[in-house]
Amino acid sequence: MKLTINGKTHDVDVDPNTPLLWAIREQVGLTGTKYGCGVAQCGACTVHIDGSPIRSCSIPAGAAAGRKITTIEGLAAGGTLTKVQKAWIDHEVPQCGYCQSGMIMAAAALLKAKPKPTDADIDAAMTNICRCGTFQEVRKAIHAAAKA
Amino acid sequence: MTFNPKVSRRTFIAGSAALGGGLALGLQLPFGPTVVRAADGSPEIGVWVVIRPDDTVVIRMARSEMGQGTITGLAQLVAEELECNWNKIVYEYPTPGESVKRKRAWGDFSTGGSRGIRTSHDYVRLGGARARVMLVQAAANQWGVPASECVAANSIITHKPSGRKVSYGKVAEAAAKIEPPKDVPLKNPKDWKLIGKPAKRLDTANKVNGKQVYGFDLKLPGMLNAAIKECPVFGGKVKSFDASRVASLKGVKKVLQVGDTAVAVVAEHFWQAKTALDQLPIVWDEGASAKVQQADVLKMLQAGLDADQAFVGNQAGDAKKALDGSAKKVTAEYFYPWQDHACMEPMNATARYTADKCEVWVPTQDGEASFAAVLAASGLPADKCEVYKINLGGGFGRRGAFQDYVTQAINIAKQMPGTPVKLLWTREEDMTQGRYHPIMMCRLTGGFDAAGNFTGLHMRLSGQSILKEVRPAIVEQQKGRDPLTFQGVADSGEHSFCYTMPNLLIDHAMRQSHVPPGFWRGVNINQNAVFIECFMDEMAEAAGKDPVEFRRQFMGPHPRALAVMNAVAERIGWTRPAPAGLHRGIAQMKAFNSFVAAACELSVKDNKVKIHRIVAATDPGYAVNPAQIERQVSGSFVYGLSGLFLQEHTVKDGRIAEDNFHTYQSMRLAQMPKVETIIIQGGGETWGGIGEPTICVAAPAVLNAIYKATGKRYRTVPLKNHGLEMV
Repeated sequence: MKLTINGKTHDVDVDPNTPLLWAIREQVGLTGTKYGCGVAQCGACTVHIDGSPIRSCSIPAGAAAGRKITTIEGLAAGGTLTKVQKAWIDHEVPQCGYCQSGMIMAAAALLKAKPKPTDADIDAAMTNICRCGTFQEVRKAIHAAAKA
Repeated sequence: MTFNPKVSRRTFIAGSAALGGGLALGLQLPFGPTVVRAADGSPEIGVWVVIRPDDTVVIRMARSEMGQGTITGLAQLVAEELECNWNKIVYEYPTPGESVKRKRAWGDFSTGGSRGIRTSHDYVRLGGARARVMLVQAAANQWGVPASECVAANSIITHKPSGRKVSYGKVAEAAAKIEPPKDVPLKNPKDWKLIGKPAKRLDTANKVNGKQVYGFDLKLPGMLNAAIKECPVFGGKVKSFDASRVASLKGVKKVLQVGDTAVAVVAEHFWQAKTALDQLPIVWDEGASAKVQQADVLKMLQAGLDADQAFVGNQAGDAKKALDGSAKKVTAEYFYPWQDHACMEPMNATARYTADKCEVWVPTQDGEASFAAVLAASGLPADKCEVYKINLGGGFGRRGAFQDYVTQAINIAKQMPGTPVKLLWTREEDMTQGRYHPIMMCRLTGGFDAAGNFTGLHMRLSGQSILKEVRPAIVEQQKGRDPLTFQGVADSGEHSFCYTMPNLLIDHAMRQSHVPPGFWRGVNINQNAVFIECFMDEMAEAAGKDPVEFRRQFMGPHPRALAVMNAVAERIGWTRPAPAGLHRGIAQMKAFNSFVAAACELSVKDNKVKIHRIVAATDPGYAVNPAQIERQVSGSFVYGLSGLFLQEHTVKDGRIAEDNFHTYQSMRLAQMPKVETIIIQGGGETWGGIGEPTICVAAPAVLNAIYKATGKRYRTVPLKNHGLEMV
């Protein structure tokens, strides 16, 4: 099976029913995308498929074959951090950081769809779980990225 | 990306190995100190500091970073005294094995109880100060001038009379040969330049690009992956399993029993191991606890409320007599459930075992506890064991005292000598094999005389003791009592009760269960704050007094607690009417030697609770990094309000019923109230903690406001069971 991740096509030997998350982590070796629940609740595994945020734990790898997949590692094209990532650094959003890959991918997708999101837009789009409790900084950073 | 273990340990092994272990064991050498070197050759200037020729300052951290910002705060403490360039600081973890070899050179590794900074600030500052003195002396020696004529700032030493300058990196070699001074005065807090400032965290960059390596992400050459299932009923055992059913599945390398209680599948990839384990028929010997239902547990706790025998935690006057003689009494019963930590990164550990060496890579809150688990499970002596700490995806108390996943990983690795095996728990395993926030009931009775004056209070706790299971020696010393149960309502110490009452009895009927209790962010302060702070409001109402006024009458001897409560009351505008449709609540407590209080404004419509505003104040004595304190305080409301509204574990047929976030929910961003943080620095000898204290005031402040909004007292957690929803 071929998976196109961050602009690079990988030939992976994996059962097509394997969740995309585990194909990305184990076959392709990109571990920035996290496992948190396996049931599409927490969002730690969020990646972009053809530009849309998808919880990669709950989509079979086979269903993502041939589509354009972006992970946290591919967000900063050419090594330049995106506005979202810069805002995350400026506002010191991460605490433990484990959920933040998914949080950033969700925020990046939101800002692409709505470049000037309202608080209500942020509420609706950012459904990821964070146990450290970074929500206040997440909201600030999204607004800052929208202004940047 | 491959995580190379040699990188993580490089600076710690070479020093002792190169010297044959003599200095590493702390032996006195006859010709003055010999330089201990990091693996890159850079000298140690005392155990906390390594300085590289390019002036990079490496600060060693024994405590673990799990998001709470402790490494940044500790680096500020060292750097303040070291007078080094903050922009050239890196940090690293010494290994527990190396620390043991060097007579626990780095002290306590345990990162729990909000201790990271408050119980190590003195010796890490001293470490920085000693290193500075050695560096300055080395420069003075080089110039042939008195050290008293030299000053250090920003990693540069200047000889004041001549203006000569030299950087730390240039004199580090010479400094490392100087006998460390014993007594170096530490700065007066008023002279701090870095402590107290919102210095940027040292660990942010790799957390926004996917590069941060957590335990789950570890890669070692030749490594296999394991999935595990413990008997779902605590105390049960493996009876049998049919390995042949899955042995031929793709990628599967081994199906094995882990101790008496678990079965694991080891495969090339984790997903292969997990799916094979799901298909593996396992027969359990679940034992007698398989009959236990939630109702049985509740009945046991209810009986404890009336029990004659109870351990006393706090006592003044004669509460029972005062209550018997009271003209009016109010009484209420409260309940707090089992709750899992639900760290975002489930439990995991990686182990490699040979007859000569047992190594473990683990996200741990306590490297030494992990090390002890390695010794016990491997059966090897300390010099053949090592632990490499990896960044934690949350800890919250699950990854410190409990090292069950380490024991499991070693047990697996011992059955596959030489092969590194990474053991990952699924979320389901993580939630059903927890060490839960203890389950507790409480009955409170308050008395008043005919004029409405308070006469006495009896607070009876009935439920689980953590220490009875985890630190039985302490309970034995206390003649069966668990002093930790009384966190926040204790008669003395870092969790002392901040109300002085004429007649008071707080006691605990200990009622254990087969479901294991554990330390949890805040732990016993959480339920005790709900019990006492909601009941304070109930008593205030019975006395016809304002809740803040009612509290103040008992707080005269507790000025710092009073100041913190007053601060939130003033900021929220307690004495003025709340905005239309909004209702207020307040709560305060002392925890981990910090004084905390919260006040909130909320509205309730059709059982939907909207929290509009929270004001939280904390007095930890000293605020090392106010920006990180603000984040810990606002984050505490996420943990605390998730617990209040959403989270309960129950037992069914002896096993935990809720096994993932769909049945054990956690708060989302849309529910996050605006949190304003007030930091008060009361100073003093004793420093308070930050990571946990505020959690406990979240729930009672909100519950008290919900009562004002609805006229209903909700006395059992979580509120989802009452149909209340946080929006």
